[in-house]
Amino acid sequence: MSLKKVHENQPKEFKFSDKNLKKVEEILKKYPEKNKKSAVMPLLYLAQRQNNNWIPLAAMKYIANYLAMPYISVYEVATFYTMYNLAPVGKHFIQVCTTTPCLLRGADKIVKLCKENISPNENEISKKGNCSWMEVECLGACVSAPMVQINDDYYEDLDEKSTKEILTSLINDKPLKPGSYRGRKNTSPEKNLINNGEKYA
Amino acid sequence: MPKITINGKEIEFEKGMTVLQACELADVEIPRFCYHEKLSIAGNCRMCLVEMEKSPKPIASCAMPATEGMNIKTNTTLVEKARKGVMEFLLANHPLDCPVCDQGGECDLQDQSLYYGVDKSRFVENKRYVKEKYMGPLIKTQMTRCIHCTRCVRFATEVAGVPEIGAIGRGENMEITTYLEKSMDSELSANVIDLCPVGALTSKPYAFEARPWELKKTESVDVMDAVGSNIRVDTYNWEVKRILPRLNNEINEEWISDKTRYSCDGLLKQRLDVPYIKKNNKLQKSNWDEAINLLVNKIHSVQPNEIAGHIGDMINMENALSFKKFFQLLKSENLEFREKNFYINSDEKMNYIFNSSIAGVEDADLILLVGTNPRHEASILNARIRKTFVQKKVPIFSIGNPGDLTYEYEIIGDSTEDIKKIVNKEHDFSQKLLCAKKPIIIIGESALELKSGGYIFEEIKKFLIKNNLINENWNGLNILVQNASTVGLLDLKILQGKNTKSSSFFDELKKRKFKLLYLLGSDNLEIQKNDEFIVYQGSHGDRGAEIADLILPSATYTEQYGLYENLEGRIQECKKASYPIGEALEDWKIFNRVIKTLGFKEKLPNFDELRKEVLVTVPNFSEINELPKKSPIKINNIETSFYNEKIFVRELDYYYTNSISRSSKTMSECRQIRQKVKKDGTNN
Repeated sequence: MSLKKVHENQPKEFKFSDKNLKKVEEILKKYPEKNKKSAVMPLLYLAQRQNNNWIPLAAMKYIANYLAMPYISVYEVATFYTMYNLAPVGKHFIQVCTTTPCLLRGADKIVKLCKENISPNENEISKKGNCSWMEVECLGACVSAPMVQINDDYYEDLDEKSTKEILTSLINDKPLKPGSYRGRKNTSPEKNLINNGEKYA
Repeated sequence: MPKITINGKEIEFEKGMTVLQACELADVEIPRFCYHEKLSIAGNCRMCLVEMEKSPKPIASCAMPATEGMNIKTNTTLVEKARKGVMEFLLANHPLDCPVCDQGGECDLQDQSLYYGVDKSRFVENKRYVKEKYMGPLIKTQMTRCIHCTRCVRFATEVAGVPEIGAIGRGENMEITTYLEKSMDSELSANVIDLCPVGALTSKPYAFEARPWELKKTESVDVMDAVGSNIRVDTYNWEVKRILPRLNNEINEEWISDKTRYSCDGLLKQRLDVPYIKKNNKLQKSNWDEAINLLVNKIHSVQPNEIAGHIGDMINMENALSFKKFFQLLKSENLEFREKNFYINSDEKMNYIFNSSIAGVEDADLILLVGTNPRHEASILNARIRKTFVQKKVPIFSIGNPGDLTYEYEIIGDSTEDIKKIVNKEHDFSQKLLCAKKPIIIIGESALELKSGGYIFEEIKKFLIKNNLINENWNGLNILVQNASTVGLLDLKILQGKNTKSSSFFDELKKRKFKLLYLLGSDNLEIQKNDEFIVYQGSHGDRGAEIADLILPSATYTEQYGLYENLEGRIQECKKASYPIGEALEDWKIFNRVIKTLGFKEKLPNFDELRKEVLVTVPNFSEINELPKKSPIKINNIETSFYNEKIFVRELDYYYTNSISRSSKTMSECRQIRQKVKKDGTNN
């Protein structure tokens, strides 16, 4: 992971949509008026949602003005947290977990497949289809390692074959269903491992 | 007072102190990087670790409040080991480029690694590299050297009031930068160079110029504005290499403005080194004898009342006194030092000084600015107002719009009418002012320049005295003058006779009554040159020299001894750090030569005599470097006339206010950037 850089091509303007402005009001209600800058993180998240999964500088400025904060403070927050994207990402944004449990279970193979099928480097939008991928730290689904997060969904219990299928489906813009690819329901044990008559662990 | 034990010695400390401060009381040195007295506590460098009894781990002394009965040890093996460990981590990513680093020789990291560090590194991996950041024409960055103490970030946010520096990224990728690498829009920006404990932020104009141990250091005072910041002038042979602040909590604390610090390269450029005489409409090199003879002939050829003198903004008191004596011999009363005709009542000292004193601003519970922009007119004073605002949230009001002052204030009016209402208790603000216990009113030159300048000053003064807001303990009636020489010259009674209150000098100048105009280092006076003979005596080829018929070269403030009185009426000594260039002489020597050639038989005073006389002449003088004595308060009923006028805060071309800063390359770069920012708008 290196320092996140802001993208070269920045939109000139950013404004919350009316729907999001209502959400902003709800968010601001959670904080006392004098501490309204505490809302910077949820607001950045909203902005990211609204703007195709990345935050342009205009949005940071907009939020800074909205919360009466210095620009640099918003910028600090946006660069600090890894889950804020400061450059455009693909429509299908694949986050490959490469922390120890996933890596032990073969996350490196998933990374290799991503390199082959999507783009040779992280954070590059693929030529075919609208995908990009990046390595991330633990996504908290170690029980079904290795796994990837694609946009909001977890694809779990992957192997080379299933990953390839998923990636092809993304490139063809017909994403497969999320969940376990070894037939598990949520995080329950696999069928052949159920003993003592227990249905679920 | 509570007690704390430090290395077995029991000492008393004040409540609210940290362990580090208590250690300092006990004369125990604690190494530190991120802690700085004038900034908030960050506690992120971990260099100040000490051992505390009953604590299993060493504690960061800068962030730990001292409490009764603590037992602190700083000389144990645990502490030594902790310091060594921290040092090793700090040096893990710090480049070993001391030989090419400008901080070398005055680097905290260098010194402390010598005293507290280990002699070798176990770190065999690659060191990280961070790209250089652009921070404007004053600050050179080498961010690989940064140890992330965040002093600069805290300075920008807390003291300068321009939150533009921040730490982006996280962990190993953390970087200090300004927002999108813009230059910092502050008059105090270069102070981050002094604050930086390593060579990450160094001085751009001073880059690779000299090593600290080669420089001769002279403790002096600044003359770029009327604050009289305490400075240290570092010279290498004749050249002034750099100017640094000197700690003085009464005046500038630890900061100086960018103009004070960086106009020093103007001392090397555009200098007048020999006398010049205008022949055939062209200034030509000459020599002292010819020049003085020409001047003497001119003086003989005109009437005394046709001779006028104007004293500039950076003239010290000895030279001014000598000039005054010279004019007394010439029997001319046409002496002036104001650049614009502003109202000054020089009857008593409290009428033209900053009575509450700069440090006294911190006691205020209400501040009213009348036609002044302290940010540009006295940046250091503005930092003090901001400090008071941040610490105590004092309400600040302004009459006239000064623009961005780095703190919040409320504009309560923009005309003299509002002042009339306030003093007649008809304005909403009057009640607030009457309720305040220690109000401060700062009247700027922009207000005093108005036709009703006299009304503004006298009525506010009357109002304050009547309502007991000026009393023995508190005097918040403040005049903010812009030039370093102004208060001193008022004390020397340069304005005398008919000139004291009227504007006769300016009227007569306009009517072209003067045949011989003697400009003593005066560049900011507006003159429509006609057929009068203009003598310019000064150091720089600037506006004054441009219109002169005769130029006499003299020394600048770093090249001679001299007293200056700052806006509080505090007399400070400016010391000689270098010597005058070429054939240039100190001003008083030139007058003595002219007087001698004129054939006067009087004994000519030398410098020591002049200084003695200055100190005797100055009213309410207490001691050098001290505030003046207070005199009893009395109401003089001075009738002034009221005009309904708009109070307009004159915009100061901050980087171009005097001949030295106008000659400085650094200052013009800063000015260009500021003008560009103004044109394009501040938000990119």
